Amino acid sequence: MRMPDTSEILLQVEGVSLAFGGVKALRDVSFDIRKGEIRAIIGPNGAGKTSMLNVINGFYHPNRGTITFKGRTRAQMQPFEASRGGIARTFQNVALFRGMSALDNILAGRTLKMRRGLLWQTLRYGPALAEEIEHRHRIEEIIDFLEIEAIRKVPVARLPYGLQKRVELGRALAMEPDLLLLDEPMAGMNLEEKEDMSRFIIDVNNHYGTTIALIEHDMAVVMDLSHRVVVLDHGVKIADGTPDEIKKDQGVIDAYLGVAH
Amino acid sequence: MLYREAGQFKTSYAEDMAIFPIRQDRIALGILLGIAFVGVPLLATFRIWPFASEYLLWAILLPFLILALAAVGVNILVGYCGQISLGSGAFMAIGAYSAYKLGTGVHIPLAWLGFVISIPPLPVLLSILLGGLMAAIAGILFGVPSLRIKGLYLAVATLAAQFFFDWVFLRVPWFTNYAPSGSVNAPPLNFFGLTVHTPIERYLLCLIFVTVFAVLAKNLVRGNLGRQWMAIRDMDIAAELIGIRPLYAKLTAFAVSSFIIGVAGALWAFVYLGSWEPLAFSIERSLQLLFMVIIGGLGSIMGSFVGAAFILILPIMLNLIPTQLGVPLSTETITHLEFIIFGSLICYLLIKEPHGFARLISIGKEKLRLWPFPY
Amino acid sequence: MIALGQFLEVLIGGLMSGVLYSLVALGFVLIFKASGVFNYAQGAMVLLAGLALVRSLDLLVARGYPLWAAIILGIGFAAVIMAIAAWLIERFVIGPLVNQDGLTLFMSTIGVTFVLEGAAQMIFGSDVYPLRLFPTDVWLLFESHFPGGILVNALDVWGAVIAGILVAGLAIFFQRTKTGRALRAVADDHMAAQSVGIPISWIWFVVWLVAGLVALVAATVWGTKLGVQFSITFLALKALPVLIIGGLTSVPGAIVGGLIVGAGEKIAEVFLGSQMGGGIEYWFAYVLALAVLLVRPQGLFGERIIERI
Repeated sequence: MRMPDTSEILLQVEGVSLAFGGVKALRDVSFDIRKGEIRAIIGPNGAGKTSMLNVINGFYHPNRGTITFKGRTRAQMQPFEASRGGIARTFQNVALFRGMSALDNILAGRTLKMRRGLLWQTLRYGPALAEEIEHRHRIEEIIDFLEIEAIRKVPVARLPYGLQKRVELGRALAMEPDLLLLDEPMAGMNLEEKEDMSRFIIDVNNHYGTTIALIEHDMAVVMDLSHRVVVLDHGVKIADGTPDEIKKDQGVIDAYLGVAH
Repeated sequence: MLYREAGQFKTSYAEDMAIFPIRQDRIALGILLGIAFVGVPLLATFRIWPFASEYLLWAILLPFLILALAAVGVNILVGYCGQISLGSGAFMAIGAYSAYKLGTGVHIPLAWLGFVISIPPLPVLLSILLGGLMAAIAGILFGVPSLRIKGLYLAVATLAAQFFFDWVFLRVPWFTNYAPSGSVNAPPLNFFGLTVHTPIERYLLCLIFVTVFAVLAKNLVRGNLGRQWMAIRDMDIAAELIGIRPLYAKLTAFAVSSFIIGVAGALWAFVYLGSWEPLAFSIERSLQLLFMVIIGGLGSIMGSFVGAAFILILPIMLNLIPTQLGVPLSTETITHLEFIIFGSLICYLLIKEPHGFARLISIGKEKLRLWPFPY
Repeated sequence: MIALGQFLEVLIGGLMSGVLYSLVALGFVLIFKASGVFNYAQGAMVLLAGLALVRSLDLLVARGYPLWAAIILGIGFAAVIMAIAAWLIERFVIGPLVNQDGLTLFMSTIGVTFVLEGAAQMIFGSDVYPLRLFPTDVWLLFESHFPGGILVNALDVWGAVIAGILVAGLAIFFQRTKTGRALRAVADDHMAAQSVGIPISWIWFVVWLVAGLVALVAATVWGTKLGVQFSITFLALKALPVLIIGGLTSVPGAIVGGLIVGAGEKIAEVFLGSQMGGGIEYWFAYVLALAVLLVRPQGLFGERIIERI
């Protein structure tokens, strides 16, 4: 993948450690994510990848270390601050709102951009409706982009897994985020679905310029999609570089082949 | 064949997002409203069947309207926002007693602060709405714990509200204007110079209230706030991560829900009962409202109406049918049968169709769209 | 000035009635611990057990059976009824809802409550039936130290003893037996337990049966105190604050919570209630529970629940 032009750092993780009781999920992890790039976070199971994402968007609070996002350094963030600041994310086990349709789920992603309050909404006709229509317009673009027009009104619980993941991506995109965190976006997909999803991810990066951090197990995908890669193992960073560099790193090979250390 | 959407194209997002996008639904609603606003009063005025006596209007339609309104309020909190509440009776009581005090004049001597709060009796409409507002404020207060506690624990907190307010309205004589018997009478219902007195007038008054509130509630649940509520219900952790603030969403749900329930309570006391005691709003009422919402359909405004109708009509059916068949049942047996039927229905619906009758109806509509073809 | 004697009497009376609450709360804890279901119907189960017992007892005595035989047969009959109820509940309500979330299961138990209440009264009658299984004399203690002595109810003492035995028995059951361990596994994760071969239907039947038997015990004590009648079901509502305060998953918590609620209620009623027009015990327990919830959501002895995505 061609590196993005800018080398401006969007997110800097510095010395982050996280422990749950006796389990050390992350140990002194530091890396950065540059604006406009696609950064993969990989590693064997249990390496702490999801925990890392959870720390970045404020769901877990690290015991030590800081996160610098868009110039602001913090020891910990609340999830609301993260989303307000422009971080969106998808989940390993599709966290869609099961009682709503695909359209409503994606519209929910526009919450931060909606301004009309309780009273206007009660009335609906007038400013609130105009706002709804305007946002509906915007997300139709996303629906178009993700090719999910046909299933807009379907309750998400009834959608097949692959489409659910796409809707979840749509909801994240609706937030117009600066940083998009994708937790195993390809999990459970067949080859065709993976190719579609890869295409979407690349398009999001190219078209909207969104910086993307993704956790992924499929090595081919990682090598093809990402600009740079971070490798975690047992909560520790063991490699950091371009896909080519990572491929040749002995430590990474050992970690994956399960060599005892 | 009858219920086809073919030929109904939506040419704007506004059309696509309307309440009843299918024309047949709009026609059906129009007919229903026509019957409600025009047909019923006409039939009742001329005493034509089934309005030969006042029974249908007074004992069935009136309570149905008011309880359906309360059920809409409960549905917003429990069905749309997923916050269980066993205390709705208390909020009806707050609405009723606040409206009562405001309607009969409030006099609070705060001698130790040096002044007296004295409000003259307010017009009935204002009292009712402000009663709802008081209930909304109480709702917000009792909703604050919902941020830290969920599900079952929240149920206990709402029970605390229920029992606490039961006691307040029973033991604090200020609320009943020091009436020796503990029961109070509603002030005369004067709206803009007209006095509402006969059953038809009461019916129309409630009908207007209910229609207006149902429309406003429907607007809210279709908008962004409604989506926020449903998001909190479905997965509050994910909701937070897309920028929804749980505090705001939950408290607005409590506020709006309690407001509607409070207004319903004031209407129940003023328009239906006329004279009441705190028992009218006890835990039995809370459970009744909860049942209406579960049976009718959680997360459906229409479902609230269906549930209310069902719960009101069943006891009457249980009374009528055995009598018609020549095997009259004692009131006790009827009560026991009610219990068994309601309980079984709740279990059955929770297993088969958690979205209650409203979902069964919309499934029916979907089948109707294809009729007479099977698929 | 509050006399120490009076205070002690109120305290002891409160503690005793607290133990009685604990008896009902134990049934809740059992079911929650073993299936993660909060059983709103526990109170209705007490009613069902009580009605089955007292009606069969009365019937047998009227037919000329000696009291001791009638009691044994009556208890046996009630136990059988509870077993049938447990089977029906597991088969038709809890079983089908096995993978649903807690709130749905809770609401289904509200449904079960109504069915049990309706059916029990339809089959066994809806009057007040007095039960005389325990001595109900009143003892006056420490007459030499306090004027008038301290009033203690023999029934309450019996209730405390029985509760103690029950708790010890249940604790042993959960910690030491194979079934007890299986129950705890099921409570943690239904699907996982199923996949390691634990027969969930059977386990749940056992749980509800044991809870039903606990309800029977509670019915014997409460029935003697109040008479077996419909309002016993509202005891279940009183048990809720007990559980919140003690912790939903803790057997000792149910006891301690009961003591706190019982004593707290009585003391508040006697000493604060006079200031506030009386009737405080109606809501005191709930407000107390609310306060505990805000400060320590898992109760005094309960386990913290951590949510993960």
